Amino acid sequence: MQPVIETRALTKTYQVGDFPVHALRGVDLTVHRGEMVAIMGASGSGKSTLMNLLGCLDKPTSGDYFLDGQNVNDLSRNEYADVRNQRIGFVFQTFNLLPRTSALENVELPLFYDRRRRIPNPRQAAIAALERVGLGDRLDHEPNQLSGGQQQRVAIARALVNQPSIILADEPTGNLDSRTSVDVLTVFQELNEQGITIILVTHEPDIARYAKRIVRLRDGLVVEDKPVRRRRDARKDLAAQGVL
Amino acid sequence: MLQFKNLIKASLRSILKNRMRSLLTSLGIIIGVSAVIVMVAIGEGSQARIEQQIASLGTNLIVVFPGVSRAGGVSRGAGSFNRFTLDDVKKLEQETTLLNGVSAVVRAGGQIIGGGNNWSTQVYGVSEDYLAIRNWTLERGENFTERDLRARKKVAILGKTVANELFPDQDPVGEKIRINKVPFKVIGVLKEKGQSAFGTDQDDLVLAPATTVLYRLKGGRFINYINASAVSLERMDEANEEIRRVLREAHRLEEGDDDTFTIRNQSEITEAASETSRVMTLLLGSIAAVSLLVGGIGIMNIMLVSVTERTREIGIRMSVGARSSDVLAQFLSEAVVLSLSGGILGIVFALSISLFLNRFTELYTLVRPGIVLLSFLFSGAVGVFFGFYPARKAAALNPIDALRYE
Repeated sequence: MQPVIETRALTKTYQVGDFPVHALRGVDLTVHRGEMVAIMGASGSGKSTLMNLLGCLDKPTSGDYFLDGQNVNDLSRNEYADVRNQRIGFVFQTFNLLPRTSALENVELPLFYDRRRRIPNPRQAAIAALERVGLGDRLDHEPNQLSGGQQQRVAIARALVNQPSIILADEPTGNLDSRTSVDVLTVFQELNEQGITIILVTHEPDIARYAKRIVRLRDGLVVEDKPVRRRRDARKDLAAQGVL
Repeated sequence: MLQFKNLIKASLRSILKNRMRSLLTSLGIIIGVSAVIVMVAIGEGSQARIEQQIASLGTNLIVVFPGVSRAGGVSRGAGSFNRFTLDDVKKLEQETTLLNGVSAVVRAGGQIIGGGNNWSTQVYGVSEDYLAIRNWTLERGENFTERDLRARKKVAILGKTVANELFPDQDPVGEKIRINKVPFKVIGVLKEKGQSAFGTDQDDLVLAPATTVLYRLKGGRFINYINASAVSLERMDEANEEIRRVLREAHRLEEGDDDTFTIRNQSEITEAASETSRVMTLLLGSIAAVSLLVGGIGIMNIMLVSVTERTREIGIRMSVGARSSDVLAQFLSEAVVLSLSGGILGIVFALSISLFLNRFTELYTLVRPGIVLLSFLFSGAVGVFFGFYPARKAAALNPIDALRYE
């Protein structure tokens, strides 16, 4: 079966003043449908850069990136935007919801920009997505009326709503306390069980263990790529915390 | 077109989200549009008033007066001054075909005593055609007849002001008055005309037969000037020529001689007055248009600030799939919706001011639909023009940097 993501010798170099910064030095990564991968590394390891490239927010300096078998290097700027719209769902550390906008409208945003109008009833799809993450009763709430965990769930619903190939989450629990973090990870694990491919970037080993596979980066290269032994179950952990 | 409707809805939502700022942004446009409309309305109103005034002077009025208007300050010679007599008037009556009426005008100052009051005013000696020529109707009583003129009858028609001064509580018709100690009988009262555009009271006068005034009040042979009414506006110039021909013949002017008199017609006067008014309107409108431009600059500034403030938001939109063109369209349409809303508010504001001025002040304003439409379109154009640069800046943002923006 064709992998969802396949990168070959992916490289990214920035120019900072007079000095070139080699953020990625040739990353080979393959992710199959239904996987849940955690990408780990210290700050400066290149994990954010890798995330930006995988998410088609940026183009690599060299190397190839195949998304659903298509080489994204050949795409124009507009086509890049369409890929972000239809095949990738983002979740950010800082939630990145539109302020003074209801949860429902936030989730509808990708559908607003979908030129192919693949989803005939955007409103319904948005409501369904919010219900899927457990916020069906908070459709009208604006971000300042939602807790951090709830905001992140809205962001996840937004990432889901256009039925993407993958969900990319960049330090999704970075701004959340430990209990809420686990809470959010139950959503990720549930979605993964339903077949959605998820890639998490994190620097916290505890969070990484909720994934099925860990890829470690250091200085722009993959130094380890192993399945997780004794994977944690977020639902169980949440219940256990409740007892304490 | 669904995309377009959604765009407008999104723009409106975005604008309403921050009402105060939106209002302040479009304030320049609101003021600019109202200023333009009100200024132009004042100009148009004064023009309409002047035209109305001049129209009320008479019907296709032609005025012939002796002497030549000095051109460029150079006198055309002492011998070129020729005065008119009642004979000239008779000749015009008999030898022209394009005139509906001719009247001599003999002016004299008069001290009027009547009804126990006295009043000092101008006495105009005229013919029976005068009322028609000058578009004057009688409020009560009757006009002079040809017989009155032939007999130099001592009858008079009072202007409304004089009638009110002398006979405030009674009907002046039939009453006796004295003009410069000469006894007259009042046979009519003129309908009120009000103040002229030049500030004079048009109703402060007394009319009497030209022959009476000339022979019984003033003395001498000469009349002041001649009024006539052309058959139609189209044939005004022809009528002018006819008068010239007859008068030149009457005064024995040779082929190469200049005219010793001047003919002015009503449409010339209207043109001249309108021209001045038009220039003033244009000037006022232009000054006001500058404020509209300033309003546009205001929009551009605020939109630039807005783009900076919403950098994160733009990054978010791009990350979920907005293209550069989507961002451009979003900000451009916001600018246009802002400026058009400002335009509409400005129009409403201007109409209220115009109504207010018309109702409660002496000023007369006239708002034409043309200027309203023009202002509306112009405010839209201002939005497009001044909104473009900020919108382009927004569209050129890099999503990664935009997302990282604090």
